Amino acid sequence: MGQITLERVRKSFGPVNIIKDTNLDIENGSFVVFVGPSGCGKTTLLRLIAGLEDVTGGRILIDGRNVVDVPPAKRGLSMVFQSYALYPHMSVRGNIAFGLKMAGLPRPEIDRKVEAAAATLNLTPYLDRKPRELSGGQRQRVAIGRAIVREPKAFLFDEPLSNLDAALRVQMRLEVTKLQKQLGTTAIYVTHDQVEAMTMADKIVVLNAGHIEQYGSPLELYERPANLFVAGFIGSPKMNFVSGEAAAQLGAATIGIRPEHLKIGKDGEGWPGTVSVAEHLGSDTFLYVEAGKLGMLTARCIGEFDLKAGDPVWLTPDPARLHRFDKDGGVVRA
Amino acid sequence: MARKVTPRRLLASTCAAWFFGFLIFLPILWMFLTSFKTELEAFAMPPTLLFFHWTTENYATVQGRSDYLHHALNSIIVAGGSTLIAMIIAVPAAWSMAFAPTKRTKDILLWMLSTKMMPPVGVLVPIYLIYRNFGLLDTRAGLILILCLGNLPIVIWMLFTYFKEIPRDILEAARMDGATIGRELVYVLTPMAIPGLASTLLLNLILAWNEAFWTLNLSTSDAAPLTVFIASYSSPEGLFWAKLSAASTLAIAPIIILGWFSQRQLVRGLTFGAVK
Amino acid sequence: MATEQTQVLGRALLTPAVALLFIWMIVPLAMTIYFSTLHYSLLDPDTESFVGLENFRYFLTDPAFLTSLQNTLVLVGSVLAITILVGTPLALLLDQPVIGRSIVRLMVIAPFFVMPTVSALVWKNLLMHPVSGLFAWISTLLGVKPIDWFTDAPLLAIILIVSWQWLPFATLILLTALQSQDEEQKEAAEMDGAGALSKFIYLTLPHLARPITVVILIETIFLLTVFAEIFVTTGGGPGLQTTNIAFLIYSQALIQFDVGNASAGGLVAVVIANIVAFFLVRIIGRNLEA
Repeated sequence: MGQITLERVRKSFGPVNIIKDTNLDIENGSFVVFVGPSGCGKTTLLRLIAGLEDVTGGRILIDGRNVVDVPPAKRGLSMVFQSYALYPHMSVRGNIAFGLKMAGLPRPEIDRKVEAAAATLNLTPYLDRKPRELSGGQRQRVAIGRAIVREPKAFLFDEPLSNLDAALRVQMRLEVTKLQKQLGTTAIYVTHDQVEAMTMADKIVVLNAGHIEQYGSPLELYERPANLFVAGFIGSPKMNFVSGEAAAQLGAATIGIRPEHLKIGKDGEGWPGTVSVAEHLGSDTFLYVEAGKLGMLTARCIGEFDLKAGDPVWLTPDPARLHRFDKDGGVVRA
Repeated sequence: MARKVTPRRLLASTCAAWFFGFLIFLPILWMFLTSFKTELEAFAMPPTLLFFHWTTENYATVQGRSDYLHHALNSIIVAGGSTLIAMIIAVPAAWSMAFAPTKRTKDILLWMLSTKMMPPVGVLVPIYLIYRNFGLLDTRAGLILILCLGNLPIVIWMLFTYFKEIPRDILEAARMDGATIGRELVYVLTPMAIPGLASTLLLNLILAWNEAFWTLNLSTSDAAPLTVFIASYSSPEGLFWAKLSAASTLAIAPIIILGWFSQRQLVRGLTFGAVK
Repeated sequence: MATEQTQVLGRALLTPAVALLFIWMIVPLAMTIYFSTLHYSLLDPDTESFVGLENFRYFLTDPAFLTSLQNTLVLVGSVLAITILVGTPLALLLDQPVIGRSIVRLMVIAPFFVMPTVSALVWKNLLMHPVSGLFAWISTLLGVKPIDWFTDAPLLAIILIVSWQWLPFATLILLTALQSQDEEQKEAAEMDGAGALSKFIYLTLPHLARPITVVILIETIFLLTVFAEIFVTTGGGPGLQTTNIAFLIYSQALIQFDVGNASAGGLVAVVIANIVAFFLVRIIGRNLEA
């Protein structure tokens, strides 16, 4: 119903290899997030699945059928664009109905489906307005409405929330997640924001320079990152990395320890350092610590911790939460 | 700029602007006023400014002359025809360059613009001879052909810029929604391009209406548009100022009104994008 | 977007326009080149003979050519100077808050949309007529003898008419450029202590340099072939005083019917225009990249 598989998919623009030999299995009904830094190829990958770009090699299977030569109109997928891409000359109703009109459904059925979708997204009072009369959040919902009304095999989202303000983004995040669970349709969601990725996904694909670094559930990526890149990408604030002598002592080329797993002490136990900046959020405290040969370390603790810039501090890593990496960046599990 | 606009500064700018605007508009205004005078009045010295015997006899005379209507009709047919045909050829060309560009697209576009930069007088001789030998002299078809070719680069250029402004992802959304290329064109592209198409049509209609090189050289009477008709007043008999003014006002009034609506298009169309 | 299908379709759609323009360019131009090597007069048909570059030599050494070249340069140069030197302050003025600004704009833009034959005749008769024209009346009011424009200063008269027609173009372009100036940049300068004059010299003028260049290039290309205004007012005269290259070629072709000579002249005009066009196309090309 919405099972998508990528087999050895490659994409080049001239001599530049954007997507390297990629294999991926997306289960029906799951919410998969493609995440990675700018230029990693996540949007390109999405567009290849959509059919908006042609692959240079490999196969894309939707429910077992290879769609590499099938135009986007016939793949049975819906896409929500970053800029919403609403048809400016059509009303909200017209926008949502367009896909159904293209499919040749009879008028009464189109009306029924449009009204149902509008009701789900609280768009009913706006059905006769034009996009330019709507706010950003409303336009976003029209774009989603347009996608869901066709009951596609999968939804494709291209950074749909990045044009919204912070508060709206949090709200829409919840709505999109709820909607997907409700409909049970496969969803592929592209974002550069790892918080969105962690909170929304069933599974996350971390991409870097056209290559899949790891594919797993959010918790897997957090607790057992496969390499240095994933470890540094997932988790905010970033994981602390220590190399050199201190790392060698703990048995690896590079050690990683998350800020929340560093115990902060005012006495002499652990790595010594001086507080450079102290951020007191009330609920948490973040300390940015100059730790000499170890470099700048970030430490976090819950609640209020009474230290300020210039104070000496000692940091102790939780040995159970240490990540060890070899010299190529791959993880070493004990 | 929302602060510091003192009433004094506003007054100064307003007076200066209106003064110079009026100065520039004066010839047209004067012509308009003269069209309502009698010929004697028109020629009188010192000239009467506003308080004269207003008459519409000149308009009646001018419109009564069957050749005025004939030439006006020619202007409409030639300007309209050449612009429409140019649009029909240009729309697919501009679509192709905007949405299916190749490595040569930019060069082709620049080449097309450069054909507009060729001085018409450089090809006056062969065009005249070709027209003579093919019986195209003084025909509306002949004028339509040459004006169409003359304006084609500008029409293509303007349509290209308008098409380029249509966001690519709206067209992709249509494709995702199941539209074939044909339906994408009909249901999404064209409605979004209509303002651009209208503006292009308007500006080029104006440019064709005012064209005064080929029309003067390739037509005499049968196909002559208003540009030629007015030119015949250059060696008239007797007093003619008031009639000239009436005929001129009729010839230019619609264009000035249309021109008001095409200001922005003028910048876009005639600077070839060299000024943003 | 770049699927095979669209590419093939694209090429097909482009062909008619390209073919037409190609024929339009090449055929007449080829014929002009051919004719320019002939001695061919329409008054004496059937006596064509090949004379090689004789026509060019004749045309270029003909004193009429030199005069017309000079007139052309004076005409183009003066109109450029007037339209830009008047257009720039006018644009600055229109950029200010003004009550009824849209009406003022209409008044300033209007001359560009007037048919050249109409403007020429209105100026010649209603304004510049030495006895009953408006200018004559104003001169007498000021106690100055009215100028008989088309006898005493015909080229100047033509220059004034053409400048009036093209002033709106320059003003509109410069106004558009002014309105696209970055407001924040001006505010930053003010924070840095710049007064109105400094802002103009260091921010506005450099910003206007590019549009002024474009105005110069485009106006030059179109001004090289001023025709209607001369045709309708002076017929090139008195003598050759208002004959520019365009009119010279026209008179050789359609008055003297000397095809060979006119063609040679035509090519000279094309070469001159091409030089200017080269620079303009470069600027446009650079902008297209952006």
